[in-house]
Amino acid sequence: MQSADNLIINIQGLSREFDKHKALDNIDLQVESGQVIGIVGENGAGKTTLIKHLLGLYRAEQGSVSVFGLDPVNNPAEVLGKIGYLSEQPDLPGWMTIAQYMNYMSAFYTGWDDSYASNLIKATSLDINKKIKSLSKGQQARVGLCAAQAHKPELLLLDEPSSGLDPLVRKEILSAAIRTVVDDGRSVVFSSHFLDEVERICDHLVMFSKGKIVLSAPMSEVLEHHKILIIGSDEFKRVGNSNIEKLPGLLRVKEKRGEYLVSLNISDDLLLSATDSLSLKIIDKRLMTLDEIFVCYCPEQQAVNGE
Amino acid sequence: MHLTISQRDGVPLYLQIINQIKQLINSGRLTVDQELLPIRVLAEELLINPNTVARAYRELEAEGWVYKKRGSGTFVSDQKNTLSDELCKRQIKERIEVLLTEAHHMNISTDEVIELILNSPRHKQED
Repeated sequence: MQSADNLIINIQGLSREFDKHKALDNIDLQVESGQVIGIVGENGAGKTTLIKHLLGLYRAEQGSVSVFGLDPVNNPAEVLGKIGYLSEQPDLPGWMTIAQYMNYMSAFYTGWDDSYASNLIKATSLDINKKIKSLSKGQQARVGLCAAQAHKPELLLLDEPSSGLDPLVRKEILSAAIRTVVDDGRSVVFSSHFLDEVERICDHLVMFSKGKIVLSAPMSEVLEHHKILIIGSDEFKRVGNSNIEKLPGLLRVKEKRGEYLVSLNISDDLLLSATDSLSLKIIDKRLMTLDEIFVCYCPEQQAVNGE
Repeated sequence: MHLTISQRDGVPLYLQIINQIKQLINSGRLTVDQELLPIRVLAEELLINPNTVARAYRELEAEGWVYKKRGSGTFVSDQKNTLSDELCKRQIKERIEVLLTEAHHMNISTDEVIELILNSPRHKQED
């Protein structure tokens, strides 16, 4: 078993079934400290199931999960003490005031920083004597975000935090994520349907589809390697479908208005040598957007913008 | 130094930063020896990954637009002194590749392109 010191998350061969439905299928994932990891995938692809394993809410039935080198199920206090967690529906006790809630949360974390916490709350300009149940969804998310940050967690876990929130609150969430990595190399796992946000803040992209990881690579590489070639119909016939299908990194071929759109995941150098060897004439070449890449790997559902 | 990021036109984020800083330098809004915003500050302001900003600054440095001071920040270079011959040639080479590809698509041969260059008013002026 791999045991690099700088791995804060180490998942090996993790599978999980619910009623014979494979929610996670042989997942391997290693996260180094100081990184922002983006997790994307269609609804039900396995993102939240994975995050629940990291929080120790699910025990690994097959394979292993280690967070900060520990099993989160057997060491909940140590692991959760270093995690800040915000989900789409932060389950806050409605009968508490904001002040009571922050005070209550501080009891769980040895690293809780009172003055930092009150600065965070001040920045939201919410009245700390208000009851949580009287707050809007966006205001509750802001309180949840403050509580998730106040102990300066080693790992900030954001599970679709932006869904259903207005752009201002979403910006605050991004800003919290950036601050986390900018300050002394802490780490963020950010699961989201907002692909533009994922592109902005993530170092590494992990794409799920139907319980499997279908793509895992540095964000810059994902964006530089995924491209669409446009090939004329005559040229396509001259080279032949079978040769096109042998192109390294081929994702899909689509005919559209008499031209062929060939999607690939390949470096520029490899592409050049591949097209040279076929003396393939390309009409146009452009990089794919993250939305287009998503649709390529998760073809049954269109990219959703939020919920 | 005010930059904006757009995610509509498909230009990679680090490239948008590079292009905008070059524009700021060319237009004189960033002057020689002026300090660029620190990486973390710009990352927080633009809400993008700090490594993306770091990459943009690295490439600007490699191209001679900016220089780094040890233990301090990144500053605008005096380009006339820092853009090396080799670098200038590399940039021109990149432009030539684009030009030849375009010509190729229009069925204009490399020889014809060379002829067009030799006949260009700018070239004749140099003679």
